[in-house]
Amino acid sequence: MIELDAEAIYRELAARVRVHLAGRLVRFVGVHTGGVWLAERLRADLGIAGEVGILDVSFYRDDFDRSGLAREGRPSRIPFEVEGSDILLVDDVLNTGRTVRAAMNELFDYGRPARVELAVLIDRGGRQLPIHASLVGRTLEVPEDVSVELSRDEFQRLHLTLENLAGREEGPR
Amino acid sequence: MSAGAQLGADGGLNHLLTIEGLPRPLLENILDTAARFLSVGSREVKSVPLLRGRSVFNLFFENSTRTRTTFEIAAKRLSADVYNLNIAASSTSKGESLLDTIDNLTAMQADCFVVRHSQGGAPYLIARHVAPHVHVINAGDGRHAHPTQALLDLYTIRHYKGDFERLSVAIVGDILHSRVARSDLHALRAMGVRDLRAVGPLTLLPPGLEHLGVQVHTRLEEGIRDADVIIMLRLQNERMRGALLPSAQEYFRNYGLTAAALRHARPDCIVMHPGPMNRGVEIDSAVADGPSSVILPQVSFGIAVRMAVLSMAVSSQRTAAA
Repeated sequence: MIELDAEAIYRELAARVRVHLAGRLVRFVGVHTGGVWLAERLRADLGIAGEVGILDVSFYRDDFDRSGLAREGRPSRIPFEVEGSDILLVDDVLNTGRTVRAAMNELFDYGRPARVELAVLIDRGGRQLPIHASLVGRTLEVPEDVSVELSRDEFQRLHLTLENLAGREEGPR
Repeated sequence: MSAGAQLGADGGLNHLLTIEGLPRPLLENILDTAARFLSVGSREVKSVPLLRGRSVFNLFFENSTRTRTTFEIAAKRLSADVYNLNIAASSTSKGESLLDTIDNLTAMQADCFVVRHSQGGAPYLIARHVAPHVHVINAGDGRHAHPTQALLDLYTIRHYKGDFERLSVAIVGDILHSRVARSDLHALRAMGVRDLRAVGPLTLLPPGLEHLGVQVHTRLEEGIRDADVIIMLRLQNERMRGALLPSAQEYFRNYGLTAAALRHARPDCIVMHPGPMNRGVEIDSAVADGPSSVILPQVSFGIAVRMAVLSMAVSSQRTAAA
């Protein structure tokens, strides 16, 4: 197991978001759960007004057939008008792109945004869909059998761990 | 078929036939999942794509408008294809057996059957018969069980009252013939309700309730004293024709929930009813439409609970097969 300096990577991402969004009125939407932590932190650090939106994409996943309904989750909540909004979608790790696709499908069920951009802490490659993040904390080349997990400790500090799953039995999601 | 047969290999819901035997964590998981679906109903687009391409057949061998409609809405909000079959008017009247009907519908690529039948146990018969990828949800069978009603009652109580352990819950009316009462009693026991009461005339109370840990009361005021929750049951008109009850007026005088009677319960007591209501028989309009009534929210919660049950049943099987 390897631990990366998630706080340093977060600061790089925050700096890029600050420059990129300068002068724009943007609403943040985090993907449950890691994306919500990041969106809330970015909102506070960048001094953006208003609450962040929360998307729990489990009702929109295309792998429902294989992995079933996720047991954990909290209701999606978008506390602002999506119609016509400029939205920054935030997630922790970008991999196949399927989660982002599910998140966009759900977002459009709330209304038609004027623009949607994607910010991720880690882009680990392995895309299976034509999805691209405008803002990335760090790009990593990681083999498929290595997991990249974001966690948060009691002091709200972020931690990123890389773990080799090869040889381990696959458990339920 | 034992109660355990409704669970899949992973312990999740494969069929929903009865509340009896379902562990508390699974009941809580259903309620939590329903809470996630509830917010979908307040959005502009009220459906999610979870069951897209799946076929849900509503098989109602007995009439029901509310339950059939809420199951239909729940399945449609999950993007399933829904087929309503009025069985009484079709093949069974031509002599086709229940299981032949099921085989034919399975050949039409059914993924899930929602079954209501006047015979207790009919959904069990179907669940035992269907292919492993097909799921059966009991929407009420005879006097036996009505598990989704009990789940939506649990949801309603948790929504308004929170912690089950500290609550006093009274079920009032025709307990003997009520599948709702039977399922509610099992569900409330499973969730840890300690003060559980059955209230009604002796002719409408089944024997042996005490063994289920239920207190029996034949006087309404005593039965609902300091209750946090009152669940009123519908008095079925056909009961009046037998020797069980003298008249609707007399029943209302003794067991009808009026504003005056309700003063014996706690001031913040909620009043529930599975519908359809007989105003002036088991419940007074002043109570049914009053501030304590949560009868209409029950209907909204019922859709979210049925979305949870349908999606969990379909996904559980897939997990087990993976």
